[in-house]
Amino acid sequence: MADVRFEAVRKTFGKVVAVDDVDLEVADGDFVVLLGPSGCGKTTLLRCLAGLEKVDNGRVLIGGRDATDLPPRRRRIAMVFQSYAVFPHLNVFKNIAFGLRMQKERKAVIRDRVESAAKLLHIEDLLDRYPSQISGGQRQRVAVARAIATKADVLLMDEPLSNLDALLRMEMRAELKALLQELGSTTIYVTHDQVEALSMGDRIAVMNAGRIVQLDGPLAVYDHPADTFVGGFVGSPPMNFLSAEIIRADGAGPVVNLSGGSFPADGAAADLAGRKLVLGIRAESIVVEQQPGDGLIEAKVIVVEPLGSHNLLTVQSGEDTLKVSTSPHLFPEPGSSVWLRLEPNRIRWMDPETGTAIDSPAVAPQTAVAR
Amino acid sequence: MATVAQPVTIGRRLRRWEGLPYALILPTVAYLGLFFAWPMVQAFGLAFRVDNEWTLGPFRTMVHDTNFRPALTFTLLLVVVIVPIQFVLALVMALIANSKLHGHGVFLAIFILPLAISDLAAGLVWQAILTERGYLNTFLTKVGILDHEYIWLDPTKPRNLVIAVVVAELWRSTAFVMVIFLAGLQGIPHEYTEAAEVFGAGFFQRVRQIILPMLKPAIQVALLFRIIFAFEAFAVVIAITGRAKTTLATEAWRWQAEYFDSHVAAAYSALILVLSLVSAGIVIWMFRTPKAQMMR
Amino acid sequence: MSARVVSWLPKLLVYLVGIVLSLWVLAPLYVTTLAAFSSEEDVYKYPKELLPRDLSTETLSFFLNFAGMTDALWRSVFVALITLALSLAIGTPAGYAIARFSFRGSDTVRLSVVATRAFPIVILSIPLAVIFIRWGIDDTIQGVAIAHTALALPFVVLTTASVFANVPAELEEAAQTLGCSRASAFIRVALPLALPGLAASAIFVFIISWNEVFAASLLTLQNRTLPAEVLSLLEGAPLNFRFAGGFLLLAPSVIVILLIRRYLFTMWGRVVR
Repeated sequence: MADVRFEAVRKTFGKVVAVDDVDLEVADGDFVVLLGPSGCGKTTLLRCLAGLEKVDNGRVLIGGRDATDLPPRRRRIAMVFQSYAVFPHLNVFKNIAFGLRMQKERKAVIRDRVESAAKLLHIEDLLDRYPSQISGGQRQRVAVARAIATKADVLLMDEPLSNLDALLRMEMRAELKALLQELGSTTIYVTHDQVEALSMGDRIAVMNAGRIVQLDGPLAVYDHPADTFVGGFVGSPPMNFLSAEIIRADGAGPVVNLSGGSFPADGAAADLAGRKLVLGIRAESIVVEQQPGDGLIEAKVIVVEPLGSHNLLTVQSGEDTLKVSTSPHLFPEPGSSVWLRLEPNRIRWMDPETGTAIDSPAVAPQTAVAR
Repeated sequence: MATVAQPVTIGRRLRRWEGLPYALILPTVAYLGLFFAWPMVQAFGLAFRVDNEWTLGPFRTMVHDTNFRPALTFTLLLVVVIVPIQFVLALVMALIANSKLHGHGVFLAIFILPLAISDLAAGLVWQAILTERGYLNTFLTKVGILDHEYIWLDPTKPRNLVIAVVVAELWRSTAFVMVIFLAGLQGIPHEYTEAAEVFGAGFFQRVRQIILPMLKPAIQVALLFRIIFAFEAFAVVIAITGRAKTTLATEAWRWQAEYFDSHVAAAYSALILVLSLVSAGIVIWMFRTPKAQMMR
Repeated sequence: MSARVVSWLPKLLVYLVGIVLSLWVLAPLYVTTLAAFSSEEDVYKYPKELLPRDLSTETLSFFLNFAGMTDALWRSVFVALITLALSLAIGTPAGYAIARFSFRGSDTVRLSVVATRAFPIVILSIPLAVIFIRWGIDDTIQGVAIAHTALALPFVVLTTASVFANVPAELEEAAQTLGCSRASAFIRVALPLALPGLAASAIFVFIISWNEVFAASLLTLQNRTLPAEVLSLLEGAPLNFRFAGGFLLLAPSVIVILLIRRYLFTMWGRVVR
């Protein structure tokens, strides 16, 4: 096992800057997820770590030694590719054994390791088969078994679940997490699926346009997004963002003005008075009332989506459109009015110019968090 | 596997060799430079220089030769006649081979058989069929259409000879065009033709409005190759017509192999090259697709 | 094209057209084979037998025993084999480079390689004939092989590029992360998977060389290849000579097509069925 460090890593493709001076520390045994939309640079960063791309600037350190100029086979890594890259001309056993054969391990050792890896992935019956004879899900397991059989220092995974259908993906997610917990390997996992990221990682590095925007545990990324990008990308539905202004009304205390109404500001918000702000709040942090009341914002119901465990309302308040979760038994008529209470301690304030959170306790990317 | 971390070795960085792709293509570039590009230059030298003097002598000899005009007209005639007929045939064959009919695989297997047959062999084959005591006459007599042998390959009837050569070339080389069309057809997602059908297009309309436009790149490629090959028509003409008809390529061959005049031979080949390039240019210009129409 | 025709008449028409075209393709092949295996009597008979009656190898042996024919046959084989080996050895690395690397000039290389097809064999052979005389390799198997390799090389480069492009680069990358060097990954992963396509290219190169007549007949005098020899003897050649010659020239080509049909499309980028 080893730790991984990226120091000021930069990678460009022609004019496009894929990775823009990224610093990242991954402690030994840590499970870090690189999360972001396509084109954000997460896969490029991973490939730089693997040695499949040459960095233009900066260093990559694995286990304390400089791996920047080493070819992939000298970096002591193992990788699971998005397309699995299972060799079609070798059977499952030979596929899993491939890395070990390259290391010139003894036959007995190879057989041992292959069989235990296969057992961990529940594919010990398929060792004789060829990739064309097994399903996509099974091929994915072969790819994972092949990677863990080598007992490499660092495990790299490039969207390993994204080619599976939805049900299989959910099952594999849990299975993979349990497996990796048991192995305790240093893992760097790339995905664009924020559900995957939240459920699997010890820490999530949210990336946008080649930079790490937030590096934090899943809960922190969800509850305290570093900016509007993270808030909008993580969580389903995305965080609601409303233009707001906090004004000091005489006597009555500071008030939050939204385009659809106002409500009294609480203590923390009072410090931000006199500013234009962006108010961020998640769908499940908004309470729906059927009657008007103090401190409630009026909104018109546009769409009601029953999702089984809860209902998702799309409402219009002034110029803002919001998504609100409510109990699965609440079915307001489209066009009717509801009244919303925004839970004060779940409100996140953002700067309207930069989108960054104000007073965000999110950890800046430069600081390493030991596990 | 060792788990002890190695100390950072500064002086020993392995640089991944950037020059690998260039090293891989070097042999090819060198070979083609030596045995293709350089002879090409020499060819122009031969055509325009005699005894170290720049001259148009070879060209003048070529143009004034009695065989020049017949060769030129016959060559152009072959191009103009063969290409359109062949393209229609190839399209029909490709459509049949690509269809969902039972046995379309068998049709494909049959249509593709002549793909690798040389023009010399094709010429010999059709000569055997068309000769006076050959198989065509046998067949027609047996079926009762003819009552005596018809001299198909009559040297005094040049039109017959032209048709014979055209038929032989069609028979041999349509497979090549068909393969290109087939690859093109398979690149057309069937959703497009299905959508057209849903919106009311009949078969011929689908061919004209959907298939042909989407086949444009394939047609362009096939046209380029086919025209260039047509300008090189050589052995099939000799095999079927002997010396009765001649093309630019056969003239070039004769001047080199029989009259031992490399200069005039080079002049003929230069003419062939120019005609090929001009045709290629015309084809590329005709088929230019505005970028907006291309789905990438 | 979907055959969702409602009534049966159009379908019948299509079958009819298909059958007519098939007969048109097959009949000459049948007839040539028949003629090549007829006795000398039957060759000159008229009307000809349309069904195989007395098969004999008289015609073929007449051809092969004709002065120098078997030698010409072997020369064609050697030239084709040399061309095959040479063009594959030189062209495969280039095809791999084009498929895998996007290096500066890769487009130019690919375009130039394609452009060489536009240059007729005619304009290449004449200066080559002159050059080979100067070098002393005129009228040799090597000379013809050199010319044929120049002809086949662009084809090899383009088809091997297509073959390697069909082998996902990720497979070689995976091998590299599992301990292979670049070369080792190529040999262990890319090559085995590319082998069918490469083999098909090789066979096709053999046929290209086997069929080639223009350059072969210009570059040789005494040591002719089969097509060149046949061409030189064509004038006034008797019927049985023509029948046998035609058959021997096209038989390998047709057999090859029958065998590698499936891989043809791998070369050209699509798989049939």
